[in-house]
Amino acid sequence: MSTIAERGETSEYASEIQVYEPHKVGLPPLGTYLQQLWLRRDFAFELARSDLRSKHFNTVLGQVWLILNPLLLGLVYFALVEILGRRGGTIEGLAQLLLALFAFRLVSTSVSQGARSVVGGGRLVLNTAFPRTLLPLSAVLACFMIFLPTLGVYAIVHVAAGLPVTPQILWGVPIIAMMTVFAAGTAMLAGAVQVYFRDLTNFLRYMLRIWLYLSPVLYTAAMVPEKYKSFLYANPLYPPLTALHESVNLGQTPSARLLLLSLAWAAGTLVVGGLFFISREREFAVRL
Amino acid sequence: MLSASSKPAPALAEPPVAAVDSAVKVENLVMTYKTTIEKKPTFRKTLVRLGRRERVVRTIEAIRDISFEVPHGTVLGIIGVNGAGKSTLLRSIAGILPPTSGRIEVHGRVSTLLALGVGFKGDLSGRENVVLGGLAAGLTREQLEEKYDEIADFAELGDFMEMPMRTYSSGMYGRLAFSVAVNMEPDILLIDEALSVGDARFKEKSFEKMRELCSRASTILLVSHGLRAIRKLADEVIWLHQGEIAMRGEAREAVEAYKRFLDVRESDIAEEDV
Repeated sequence: MSTIAERGETSEYASEIQVYEPHKVGLPPLGTYLQQLWLRRDFAFELARSDLRSKHFNTVLGQVWLILNPLLLGLVYFALVEILGRRGGTIEGLAQLLLALFAFRLVSTSVSQGARSVVGGGRLVLNTAFPRTLLPLSAVLACFMIFLPTLGVYAIVHVAAGLPVTPQILWGVPIIAMMTVFAAGTAMLAGAVQVYFRDLTNFLRYMLRIWLYLSPVLYTAAMVPEKYKSFLYANPLYPPLTALHESVNLGQTPSARLLLLSLAWAAGTLVVGGLFFISREREFAVRL
Repeated sequence: MLSASSKPAPALAEPPVAAVDSAVKVENLVMTYKTTIEKKPTFRKTLVRLGRRERVVRTIEAIRDISFEVPHGTVLGIIGVNGAGKSTLLRSIAGILPPTSGRIEVHGRVSTLLALGVGFKGDLSGRENVVLGGLAAGLTREQLEEKYDEIADFAELGDFMEMPMRTYSSGMYGRLAFSVAVNMEPDILLIDEALSVGDARFKEKSFEKMRELCSRASTILLVSHGLRAIRKLADEVIWLHQGEIAMRGEAREAVEAYKRFLDVRESDIAEEDV
């Protein structure tokens, strides 16, 4: 036993002290939590990058697919809308549809990937102490990386359609940022719920499809019949998608009301989704 | 050196309180948690169960009010039957499961080898998994780059490091996990049932590595059913039974008492790391 005592005396261990105590009201101390989260941001980036790499998006054909896939999807919807005779069949209409569709997909893929993220983190969640929010946030990051190149596709169609190129387009940056924040909140919510209900992703597929049809993507808000207009406000994606349409497609300053609504949805969802996730995350290790 | 602190140790002075030279301090720890019996809980099954008014959520009292301290440099063996709370105890010390009540103080950097931690993404290569696991554990990229070669060399996986981990055998898996855990220069190493990874030669090597870590004054908490390994490596043993400390003492004594409790004879089967 003496050897142990000797070793104890000669060592220097004051540097890192962790104290684990029960969480108050189910939440860990948020300051420390966010600090740990920020400290490990590299993990979120690396996970997103490795994930994309494993889906072969580091190859030339993979990257072509990255652009081709949403573009083809856009063309399919465009043809559909065309047959239903709702739009003029102009390239301008295509540009509007593509922008809304790409932005919508940023949110919908974030939600579905976020839902899988925690359960997909399996062993890591079981065996490493780290803020679990990194998993859904990394999923959103990956979806954002996939979203970026589609903006290039849109830019080409935008110019080809002769849509105005004005400084108002820059409004698109904060609007997309708000949509991404909203996506992050929803992804955390979905990721936590998926732990308790593993069939969530099955339902989610249909819910996201319905959400797409209820959002001003295949149509613009102006086309919605008067009697349904009030329902638009129940949709969190109505304000940002319409603001995006106004600023980027039409080159106007988006209405302040839409911007404020977008901001409220984004902030509200981030807080609710984030707090719900964090309050549940201590359970994940025993639920997986 | 990651573990070296900026402050020099107080030379020769008697530590005023026991906390100073304790690597791990557990005070009145209680761990209860709810879990489901279902492997994969689903919304559909929940609805069916609601119809039948069944409940599948079960509260488990894994740890019931235990306190102990582990001095720096001690190798502490933790033994006990399945479900005694050994893994829960290690997970709580690792900060994975916050305590239900009580307090845990950990002095130093913890590296965990809990039921083989790395390799959570089967589609990613061994290398990517090592990097991701390290980043999640809070290491920086630079630290990982520095350590990477050592980890890969020790695991002896060669080209497999660049292959997706789903192509690994369970032995290769274990070797990589062990290599990651011991090469992170931990102050405190938590090991759960993983001493028996790999083939006979690798076992030998991991044993040696453990010895080396002991001599480097690392603190090791070792959960194992391999009583021989516990007896050889541990200075002290805690025997957990139904979430309580049944006995704490010198390794040989505790192992003997535990064996009497289990009513097993001196057989190789009981001694071997299975």
